Amino acid sequence: MNTLTKITLTETKLALRSPIWVVSGLVLPTGLLLGLGAIPAFRTESEKTPGMRFIDAWVPSLVVLTIALMGLQAIPAVIAAYREQGILRRFATTPVHPAKLLVAQLIINVTVTIAGTGLMIVLGSAVFGVPGPRHPLGFLLAFTLGTTAIFGIGLIAASVAKTGRAAGGIAMIAYVPIMFLGGVYLPRPLLPTVVQDIGAYVPPGVKAMEDAWTGTGAQPLQLAVLAAFAVGSCVLAAKLFRWE
Amino acid sequence: MPLIEVTNLRKTYGEHVAVDDVSFHVEQGEIFGILGTNGAGKTTTVECLQGLRTPDSGSISVLGLDPGKDHDALRQRLGSQLQESRLPEKLKVQEALELYASFYANPADPGDLLEKLGLTGQRNKYFGKLSGGQKQRVSIALALVGRPEVAVLDELTTGLDPHARRDTWKLVEGVRDTGVTVLLVTHFMDEAERLCDRLAIFDAGRVVATGSPLELRDRTGKTSLDDAFVTLTGRD
Repeated sequence: MNTLTKITLTETKLALRSPIWVVSGLVLPTGLLLGLGAIPAFRTESEKTPGMRFIDAWVPSLVVLTIALMGLQAIPAVIAAYREQGILRRFATTPVHPAKLLVAQLIINVTVTIAGTGLMIVLGSAVFGVPGPRHPLGFLLAFTLGTTAIFGIGLIAASVAKTGRAAGGIAMIAYVPIMFLGGVYLPRPLLPTVVQDIGAYVPPGVKAMEDAWTGTGAQPLQLAVLAAFAVGSCVLAAKLFRWE
Repeated sequence: MPLIEVTNLRKTYGEHVAVDDVSFHVEQGEIFGILGTNGAGKTTTVECLQGLRTPDSGSISVLGLDPGKDHDALRQRLGSQLQESRLPEKLKVQEALELYASFYANPADPGDLLEKLGLTGQRNKYFGKLSGGQKQRVSIALALVGRPEVAVLDELTTGLDPHARRDTWKLVEGVRDTGVTVLLVTHFMDEAERLCDRLAIFDAGRVVATGSPLELRDRTGKTSLDDAFVTLTGRD
């Protein structure tokens, strides 16, 4: 077994033994969708969301929630704690580079993000007939770029924070506006137009996901901006990252 | 040829000179002590040996390798126990050993190692549930799991009760008896006196004396290493 596989398996065991993030990522988006969907008013077409029920229009925002939860809460907390406890430094004295620990954590948290999103799509469709993305490839592209951009921002927070607790605080600075602009706190159709427009370009790119889901497909400009955020945040994270 | 040779090592952090003109050598099969108070430059010196830090000037040779250039080769042959380095709370002892064993080309058998260190009964316990002494034994086990030729043990017994300290000392002697050269970083005089074949006394980033505990006592005309240390560091 190669070392990355061994590290990933061990980290997976650890993630399941303190399962707060795994459980949140898997349960929260589906739970919110099913919970709100249980209220009849959210299952009727509203004038703010022409042609759609509220829950249909809200699904992309719940994808934002999932990505932000894992990328801006889970990753910075775990990585900064590993640095604080000297675990990364301990790795640096072995033949294995501590970057492998980072890669293992990214694999686990991205997997939870994908699984949490997938579970929501499947159960939303099975229980309330919420349609899947109309443009699956466009959605997949927006989802991939958005996830990369957000995880990059999470790694920046993990890089500059001295402790796991501080990382959570720093990540919160990005988390709250991203959740707001992504329409998690207040549905996007209820937000002022200018806020909606800003949200279109801020990672993880809720507008691109919406357009791919219910509209005419993600716009190239939005995808290009997302790609720029993805590359920029990962490059900056790599530059800022300290092993101790 | 000495196993470890440090010559005129200097390392600064900004304005602060952490280590200045440090030279010493370590022979194969000995327990060599790096003794000094907090902030004397002990850990910085050891981190340069481990290749974790790059010296400003001076040269280091460990097992004939340059830690700055040959770290991949060195890390297969140098085992480390770090000061203030923990494992994840919910990692089991056996899992930690197996994980670290997988990093090395020719690792020791984790089961044998746990038995030698008296941890067989703890192997399915979470690291976070162990006593201080047991945690230190696990970190010694992790330092040895790659079958190193040199083991660096940094502040091994800080925070342990007297019984656990004495048990740990026996383990360190046991490690030396298997042919591993031990570099022991400590600020405890009794520990250095009991364990070290030779030692270097660090003060304010410099080496003020090297020798066996007996030589250092004789040189200063003191009856204990404790008193010799105070004389040598010039605060008598």
